[in-house]
Amino acid sequence: MTRRTRMAGIARRTVWQAVPTVFAIVVLNFFLLKLMPGDAADVLAGEAGSATVETLAALRAKFGLDQPLLHQLGSYLSHLAHFNLGYSPRYDAPVMQLILARLPNTLILMSSALAFAVVAGVVFGAIMAHWAGKWPDRVLSVLALLLYSTPGFWIGLLAIILFSVRLGWLPSGGDVTVGANLHGVAYAADVAKHALLPAATLATFFVAIYARLTRAAMLEVQRQDFVRTAHAKGLHPLRVSVRHVLRNALMPLTTMVGIHFGTLLGGAAVTETVFSWPGLGRLALDAVMARDFSVLLGVLLLSSMLVIIANLGIDLLQAWLDPRIT
Amino acid sequence: MDEPNAQNRHRMTGINRRHFLISTGATLASASISSLAVAQNTQTQAPRRGGTLNMLINPEPPVLVSIFQTTGPALVASSKVLEGLLAYDFDLKPKPQLATAWDVAQDGLKYTFTLRDNVKWHDGQPFTSADVAFSIELLKSVHPRGRSTFANVTRISTPDARTAVIELAKPAPYLLKALSAGESPMVPKHLYVSGDPLSNSHNNAPIGTGPFRFKSWTRGANIVYERNPDYWDAGKPYIDSLVLKVIPDAAARSAAFETGALDLGGENPVPLTDLPRLTQLPQLVTETRGYRFLEPLSEIDFNLDHPILKDLRVRQAIAHAINPQIVQKTIAYGYADISPTPITPASPYHDGKLAPYAFDTATADKLLDAAGYPRKNGGPRFQLTHDFLPYGDMYRRQADYVKSALARVGIEVTVRSQDLPSFLKRVYADRQFDFTSIGVNTLFDPSVGVQRLYWSKNIRLGVPFSNAPHYSSPEVDRLLESASIEADESKRVGLFQQFQQIVYRDLPILNLVAPRMVTLANRRVRNHTVSAQGLEGNLADVYLRV
Repeated sequence: MTRRTRMAGIARRTVWQAVPTVFAIVVLNFFLLKLMPGDAADVLAGEAGSATVETLAALRAKFGLDQPLLHQLGSYLSHLAHFNLGYSPRYDAPVMQLILARLPNTLILMSSALAFAVVAGVVFGAIMAHWAGKWPDRVLSVLALLLYSTPGFWIGLLAIILFSVRLGWLPSGGDVTVGANLHGVAYAADVAKHALLPAATLATFFVAIYARLTRAAMLEVQRQDFVRTAHAKGLHPLRVSVRHVLRNALMPLTTMVGIHFGTLLGGAAVTETVFSWPGLGRLALDAVMARDFSVLLGVLLLSSMLVIIANLGIDLLQAWLDPRIT
Repeated sequence: MDEPNAQNRHRMTGINRRHFLISTGATLASASISSLAVAQNTQTQAPRRGGTLNMLINPEPPVLVSIFQTTGPALVASSKVLEGLLAYDFDLKPKPQLATAWDVAQDGLKYTFTLRDNVKWHDGQPFTSADVAFSIELLKSVHPRGRSTFANVTRISTPDARTAVIELAKPAPYLLKALSAGESPMVPKHLYVSGDPLSNSHNNAPIGTGPFRFKSWTRGANIVYERNPDYWDAGKPYIDSLVLKVIPDAAARSAAFETGALDLGGENPVPLTDLPRLTQLPQLVTETRGYRFLEPLSEIDFNLDHPILKDLRVRQAIAHAINPQIVQKTIAYGYADISPTPITPASPYHDGKLAPYAFDTATADKLLDAAGYPRKNGGPRFQLTHDFLPYGDMYRRQADYVKSALARVGIEVTVRSQDLPSFLKRVYADRQFDFTSIGVNTLFDPSVGVQRLYWSKNIRLGVPFSNAPHYSSPEVDRLLESASIEADESKRVGLFQQFQQIVYRDLPILNLVAPRMVTLANRRVRNHTVSAQGLEGNLADVYLRV
């Protein structure tokens, strides 16, 4: 079996499994959300501070909340079949448009945070494993423990106080300087400046996990026969560490990264709130508070699809890393 | 400048918009606050043109037009683009905005408005009396409060393009106070006449007559307005652009004020716990004026269907066990006036003769014993659950105080927290509550803001901020109904005072304090609060000092 047919098989299987998974997620989410007390009309009326029976009824009729539950589910699924995520009562805009407006921001934040976490985690882990039991291992272990046990929002707030309020180096929030009308490189630099603190904050927890994971996996692989053989061949210790040990130690790491892809979407809500970053996590959080179910269902659907795609990517990556996987 | 008066026949044409900013002690809070509230009224320098004002908007409004949405941020966002017929000074006396003169007939049944000449919508169309007639009809049909404010309107005629006449079946003494930009915005008829006004695309990209034009709305981040160079008040506005920033996290808002990313924020932009620290900073000042249209009130609503709380003696005991001064000083950090009645001290209808129930645990104990709930060998008399409105942090702290205060008289209280939709459903729809700490806005007139809380015809299941206790008194109903159509001001005062005395005695709601909202501003921002509307005004006068 060639590598290509093997990987195509994996991709085909994952895609087929995704269809019932997505359907189940949509139906389950729908009923879970309907279990929450109150609806969008309650929230709008409550925030407005003044409402009448007539305005409430008008709001419910407008949002279709006066329909029976199964009818609502049916119309949602039929919209979905036409690739329509529905309409947000709160934002008075199509859900697809709301999500697409936020998606780039979330992807920037997630990918930079995840990339930072993987690179820093693997480097730290490799250093710790290479000098296991010696002082670099000890120092980095303490650091990893500290990052692991400190809540992200707190790190974020401290970072704001230090880098924005005290030092004035970085903006305290937002995704881009408003009204600056930047283009090209200047725009990218501006976004990077705004993304630096939230991405680093989001990454801290995962840096700690990946460092510990890499360390443990590498120590285990180091005891294997092929590593001894490599050493016996007279290879440079660094080459053995990187080519033979690290590559084999990456298997558990890639699995975790795949799982964390979903966690990051959830964890991003907190970071996005602290840094006023207009991303999907905050959209979801606001949607919960506003009982804006169509937006929430849309975000959840998209998140689950992102997780499925990420897992597909991880499956393919693992197949490439380890030829034994089919 | 003539002082317009709703009761007497009068005509007002004076336009002297620069004659403002006289610190009005009546609307200001207690001494402890006015010392903090650095008035920005020393106007020696001429306003400077240019600059960008970064203002907080929190939470993000669902729409940018307040014709059918009365949530605070929507009013803040709307009033910069869409104007009203009138503006108001700090005493709620009307001033010209889109109307330059107005005339109220003696019997209170006919209002004639003369409109400003040469006003254009941002798309270039002229503003005429047809827009006014259309907007008021729209307010009457879709605005949550407009339905009742304009309920007595029978006919709106437009004899010419600059005159609008409103005719009423019964007097509506609050009508002249309801014509501000935020409460009753004038929308362009030519853009709203076709289709459903609630899903009009201009609700998210407004076209108005105001000093600022809508530029962009990046949801979750900011709303950007730019200066309208063709504004009818030539020379204004002074700033080039206005950015409303969405910052959901309270600590991040404090940091943004410190870094200068925010210049201005209203309605308690930072937690009260952060205020003392921030006001120490040389660049930040506070302002407590400009909230007369909201006039919040903190209260405890009893569920009168509850087997224990339906006993007046139990409610009286609770009133005697809670010290409003602690609520004022500790819960509200001094930013509050004590108000034992639902009509707050800032209102001309407030009955100042009513003092809070004396803080006296011995009296409370006696009342509870008399009600048949003795202490059971050191244990509590009975248990209650207390819910609080999850809005800001004040009501949560008030609930904690209620718990500790009532423990002293032998009532064991469990504080229950939930998010806003759950709370509203629990209290107003399911009625699964005992008593609750809640805040309501009593607004610019008791008939609009207070009547709904006590009127038995407003016992409406599922409607937030209706009559939560399910209080029903024919006498109160009669007084409220008479006051809402009483054209004689002194008679109206009398009716409202009788009403306050009855509900003070019947105690369906224990009124505690009228919190004073705080505006936080960078010192370089001048003239942000020039009217009773505060930051819900149009900000045409605001300028940035160098």
